Amino acid sequence: MNCLTKFRMIITSNHRNIKEKFIELFFSATGIIALLILIGIFAFLFITGIQTFTEISLTEFLLGNEWNPAAYGEPKWGILSLVIGTLIVTFGSLVIAIPLGIASAVYLSEIARPKIREIIKPAIEMIAGIPSVVLGLIGILFLSPLVALIFGLSSGLNAFTSSIIVGIMVLPTIISISEDVLTSLPNEFREASLALGATKWQMIRMTLLPAALSGIVAAIMLGIGRAIGETMAILMVAGNSIAMPVSFFDPVRPMTANIAIEIKEVVKGSLHYEALFAIGLVLFVMTFVVNLISDVIIEKQVRGYKW
Amino acid sequence: MRYIYLMVILFLVVVAVGCTNQSRITGEIVKNIEDIEIKGSDTLLQLVSNLAEAYTEVKPTARISVTGGGSGGGIAALINDEIDIAVASRSIKEKELKQAEERGIKPWEFIIARDMLSVIVNEDNPILKLTIEQVSRIYKGEITNWKEVGGKDQKITLYGRQSTSGTYVFFMEEIVKGDYSAKMRNMEGNQAILDAVKQDQTGVGYVGIGYIVDEKGNQVSGIKIIKIAKDEGSIYVSPLEESTHSEYPASRPLFQYLSKKLTKDSAIYNFLMFELSNEGQKIVKKSGFVPIIAEDREHNNELFD
Repeated sequence: MNCLTKFRMIITSNHRNIKEKFIELFFSATGIIALLILIGIFAFLFITGIQTFTEISLTEFLLGNEWNPAAYGEPKWGILSLVIGTLIVTFGSLVIAIPLGIASAVYLSEIARPKIREIIKPAIEMIAGIPSVVLGLIGILFLSPLVALIFGLSSGLNAFTSSIIVGIMVLPTIISISEDVLTSLPNEFREASLALGATKWQMIRMTLLPAALSGIVAAIMLGIGRAIGETMAILMVAGNSIAMPVSFFDPVRPMTANIAIEIKEVVKGSLHYEALFAIGLVLFVMTFVVNLISDVIIEKQVRGYKW
Repeated sequence: MRYIYLMVILFLVVVAVGCTNQSRITGEIVKNIEDIEIKGSDTLLQLVSNLAEAYTEVKPTARISVTGGGSGGGIAALINDEIDIAVASRSIKEKELKQAEERGIKPWEFIIARDMLSVIVNEDNPILKLTIEQVSRIYKGEITNWKEVGGKDQKITLYGRQSTSGTYVFFMEEIVKGDYSAKMRNMEGNQAILDAVKQDQTGVGYVGIGYIVDEKGNQVSGIKIIKIAKDEGSIYVSPLEESTHSEYPASRPLFQYLSKKLTKDSAIYNFLMFELSNEGQKIVKKSGFVPIIAEDREHNNELFD
């Protein structure tokens, strides 16, 4: 080895080192930027929202069941009926989406022939690509008159119709993640169950679903996050009354819809403006808790069940 | 190869079209484009768009953008200093005036047209007329069944606007004179109320007159327009009848607000003069609204000096 090649090697290795370092720096920078953006959003929400409570007490805000900032008399600032609106629609959409979603995922991964799966899976994922305003239009023009007709109601703009629409939006998330989890289970699970004399249904129910539970729960939690945050479609079909809903067929005004409706009329820095940010803060906390719970469940499942 | 030719030709055509447009703009108009930003009432959106369009035909250097979002949204944008003119179907609130003052803005108010706010029900509803008090009690939630005002034995479903809407505020303050029933469904616009009432036999709603007559002046189908009286002793008046417009209890002025005093021959001044001219008021009528009356003109003239 002469001197020149040696020199060349040092150069290239140095060159490579620099390149490596640069790439490392780039990736850590993007990671940190994402974190900073998150912290920035939270800080903005928190600082603006928290000012509400210099004028409204926390208990009045969280437990008051009347929200009417533009009232004829005294304005009212209780968000309980809005929170319940959000919870009702989220719950209703999950009642629709969970059974349907898991059943479709099982069908796609265990029962459907590969050819059929190749058609159905992308079709389901396409649902996720439909803009929510389009689903809202379908809700207003087609679904709500249908709901009114079937249940003998005067108007179909209520929590039930919103639940169906949001359920449809949540479906692709639940199906495609659950299906991925089921497909990724090792084939030994299936072979062992069948070898022990299990039927196909027993294999799915007693071996595959328990094994995939953590992933399915994660899928559901993601779905809940989507359902809580959905705005446009709900705004169009929920009816948006401020009264406390007592049944699924009452109109509701979820928190997201309320913010979207009222943010247009508020003057920056006014109490109403701050109160809308406080609602945003409550929404943020709700989705944060949902994510935290799903993380804990997944962690537990992974530790308790390893293959 | 053929495709490449095609692409090239297509590209050239696009560029050529782009260039001619460009040169037209740079050649004639670029000298002094006058931008006017207008925002506010959904009820008035169509009317103001029509006015803006007619004005740009007369004066091609004007570039006017008109957006909706509700009267409250328009006034908020004016206070936030985002626009030049706010359009409102209600007068500015005390609270908003104070907020504007804090920001050093003194809003100037002009009346550009009048609206006959109309109460509508489904066409299958036998009700023909109501007094203001009955309408108020229906919307407060005190009357909940149509039979209480002489209709079928059916629960009443209320449709109204969002609180961002000037129509919402005007109807609350001048007709209902109290809080709306919390059960009222809050709809996104006049058209949404109209559609809901068309579908709902038990529904009642309120919309601007521009939404219940089409361009030819015919009433839209599927709904019935209620005749309204001030009290039981007075006559019931339909918003459609021109001869009795002055007696219609839910007649309201429609406003435009400016953030600063007008200077003569500014772009905004000229546009406003056009709106108030005979030609502008003709467009008001054509768009389904009612031209301003003498009293409104006096109100406006105080501001021009």
